[in-house]
Amino acid sequence: MVAIVDYGVGNLFSLRSSFGKIGEEVTVTSDETVLRSAEKIVLPGVGAFGDAADKLEKSGLGRVIAEEAEAGKPLLGICLGMQLLFEKSYEYGEYKGLGLIPGEVCAISEIIPAELKIPHMGWNALNLRKPSLLFKRCREGEFVYFVHSYHAVTEDKYISATTEYGADLTAAVESGNVYGCQFHPEKSGEVGLKILKAFCGEVGT
Amino acid sequence: MITKRIIPCLDVKDGRVVKGINFKALNDVASPVRLAEYYSDCGADELVFYDITASAEGRALFTEILRETAENVFIPLTVGGGIGSLEDFDRVLKCGADKVSVNSGAIRDPSLVGEAAKRYGDQCVVLSVDIKRVDGEFRVFAKGGREDTGMEAITWIRRCVDDGAGEVVVNSIDTDGVRTGFDLEMLAAVCQAVQVPVIASGGAGREEDFITLFKTLPKVDAGLAASVFHFAEIRIEELKKKMAANGIPARL
Repeated sequence: MVAIVDYGVGNLFSLRSSFGKIGEEVTVTSDETVLRSAEKIVLPGVGAFGDAADKLEKSGLGRVIAEEAEAGKPLLGICLGMQLLFEKSYEYGEYKGLGLIPGEVCAISEIIPAELKIPHMGWNALNLRKPSLLFKRCREGEFVYFVHSYHAVTEDKYISATTEYGADLTAAVESGNVYGCQFHPEKSGEVGLKILKAFCGEVGT
Repeated sequence: MITKRIIPCLDVKDGRVVKGINFKALNDVASPVRLAEYYSDCGADELVFYDITASAEGRALFTEILRETAENVFIPLTVGGGIGSLEDFDRVLKCGADKVSVNSGAIRDPSLVGEAAKRYGDQCVVLSVDIKRVDGEFRVFAKGGREDTGMEAITWIRRCVDDGAGEVVVNSIDTDGVRTGFDLEMLAAVCQAVQVPVIASGGAGREEDFITLFKTLPKVDAGLAASVFHFAEIRIEELKKKMAANGIPARL
């Protein structure tokens, strides 16, 4: 069973539905026991980093997620949930993340040309950077849906996919059993469903 | 590179899709859920559901249809029509909408865009504007294009974007339903005024109209249409292939 962490950030209707569509048993929960007993955890999130990190910490769920991931349980962070996997973010200040992958979350405005619109919103192509179980069912150049103004800045060895928007933006990361995608697989049509299916299937087996 | 989006718009009344020609003479077309699935399979990049129901029963029915659609279709879904309060935002977001489009509601309550952006994020708030030329200026119309508000459109759009509207749908009443192409002059004026994504609506009759739109105005991010898609006069797969062949970034 896959557990989607409900910590009061964002709308989980589509994410839950997308797992239903691919026939996976999923539960949306804020219960520590359920997270501990789940086979895999998905950490979603939209909104501001500081607010979300604060909610994870105050609820104690951040600690549970980190402990489970450190014990080897497959974890997938989506969008802001991916950014929270890192050590810190500079969105509206400086905030600490879960620190499961070394690196920081920085504004894309620092690296893209000024004439490009922010947020980076819409369908963009995935450039696969290394073999990844998450993209086992995907081909180079397939399109996924992004909405973000910040991205992860980390060592190449943790970056599994990038996307081009005036510069190479981090599209997906992984470190051992910890995975993250900046785009929304639950809004990326068939390609997104393939990625979620790979997380449920290939990952951790 | 990010692709130009093609967005079919489904006007929904009493649980069925209708089309609009100059906002009058409505015709029933199909089931919203089936049509949404069909469009998603054809390569639509996003869908807009526009609730043109006035009654409470119709509204409840719309929410049901929205939920059923979001359980089956996994591309971004924008909902508009009758959005006048934060409660309305809440109602449709809980049923699977990703973005909410406000039009007359923002005109009635000018604080709505700002408050919604603060609560749900800029990316969630879409400003939809019905614009018509009156006395040589672009004028904002309310109530489905029936009422001249007297407001100048570019000023209104700038103000809403400053308040946090993350995207603007420009619907030209002058070209809507006429099928002779998008209103390039009006769109150029909006693109020049704001830095957020601009969606062109009103006037698409042929594939070439979309090509002309994106070629002439590279700052336009998406093209929206209804009946030309519903009646298969333009097929989305074919349109996107043609866009790609013309050097316009498209998701194939």
